[in-house]
Amino acid sequence: MCDSCGCNVTPGNKHLAYKPVKNGTSAVSVLKKLLAHNDDQAAHNRTHFDARGILTINLMSSPGSGKTALLEATIDALKDEFKLAVIEGDLETENDAARIRARGVAAYQVTTGSACHLDAHMVHEALHHLDLSGVDILFIENVGNLVCPASFDLGQHRNVALLSVTEGDDKPAKYPVMFRAAGAVILSKTDLLPVLDDFDPAKAEYCLRQLASTVPLLPLSARKGQGMAAWYDWLRHELAAQRARVQDGATLKPHIQPEGIRLHTHAGV
Amino acid sequence: MHELSVCQALVIQVIEIAQENSAREVLMITLHIGPLSGVEPALLVSAFPLAAAGTLAASAQLVIESQPLRVHCQTCGADTEATANRLLCGVCGDYHTQLISGDELLLANVELMTSLMT
Repeated sequence: MCDSCGCNVTPGNKHLAYKPVKNGTSAVSVLKKLLAHNDDQAAHNRTHFDARGILTINLMSSPGSGKTALLEATIDALKDEFKLAVIEGDLETENDAARIRARGVAAYQVTTGSACHLDAHMVHEALHHLDLSGVDILFIENVGNLVCPASFDLGQHRNVALLSVTEGDDKPAKYPVMFRAAGAVILSKTDLLPVLDDFDPAKAEYCLRQLASTVPLLPLSARKGQGMAAWYDWLRHELAAQRARVQDGATLKPHIQPEGIRLHTHAGV
Repeated sequence: MHELSVCQALVIQVIEIAQENSAREVLMITLHIGPLSGVEPALLVSAFPLAAAGTLAASAQLVIESQPLRVHCQTCGADTEATANRLLCGVCGDYHTQLISGDELLLANVELMTSLMT
């Protein structure tokens, strides 16, 4: 959506009234996205990534679902194939960035203090501390939280949401905004499934599909190395797609499928 | 949680508009918010006074117009109402749908006092 051509107007808001106002007052019709400042910065970040041919992935999940463990395993498997870099987001500590650096990959830790999400300005600041030359894939590990991070565009090309099998299989139904934003959903810690009698992967997929999501659901265990090949193939495919886009001078904003953007922004206008 | 950040962004935008229009005060702010925006209207309302304190919008009335959740079915072509965690076609039940409205997070309208009221 843009703020200049009026395509923010949807059937839900096109009735916007220009009501008469009292003498000495004036009503200004705006129809601007509330997070326009963040979105401008995110677009700037995305241009920066595209200019360098970098694929940027935003990892989101609840705390403790295995985002950093997934990154550790991914680094071990792919570091000879691709150059990787990581931005870590946490309220406090350098712990996660230290785990990534121990694997031989550049990492910058953003500590948000009390903020429950990363925003585009924090990511921009982090980019000044990372050497991105030659980087193929940049991972942004967002603050562990299934709510707030979904509302802030960082400039990434894809969102990936993790759902660990130690959480409930109905999490997509409870947190629709987060799971709808995902370009792929990872079912993590699947090696624990045999000892968990209350998590049904089919139910998790059912709840995801109820959100009209057609994205891949990838069951895996980073610790035991199960199901990882599909995740690596997805990354390879996404990187190839990003390089093709860069060649065509195109980019990709996550969250809404391309045909969805068309329906969404110009329906009824 | 993040509603205070959203309110801070809102106040920045509203103050810019007020200054562009040489307004003395912001009287009313209208937002359009959909159920899938990720923002809770009641929390926005409680966070707003904190973000607006000391600005031209400090005593503005915040009006939130919630938006309907509607989907377009790619399979049968119908446009129907849906709920936040059940975005299926209301006619054929398919999940190959696209959201038409319901994730808005928009500043729709600002009412300003531009001169002394007579």
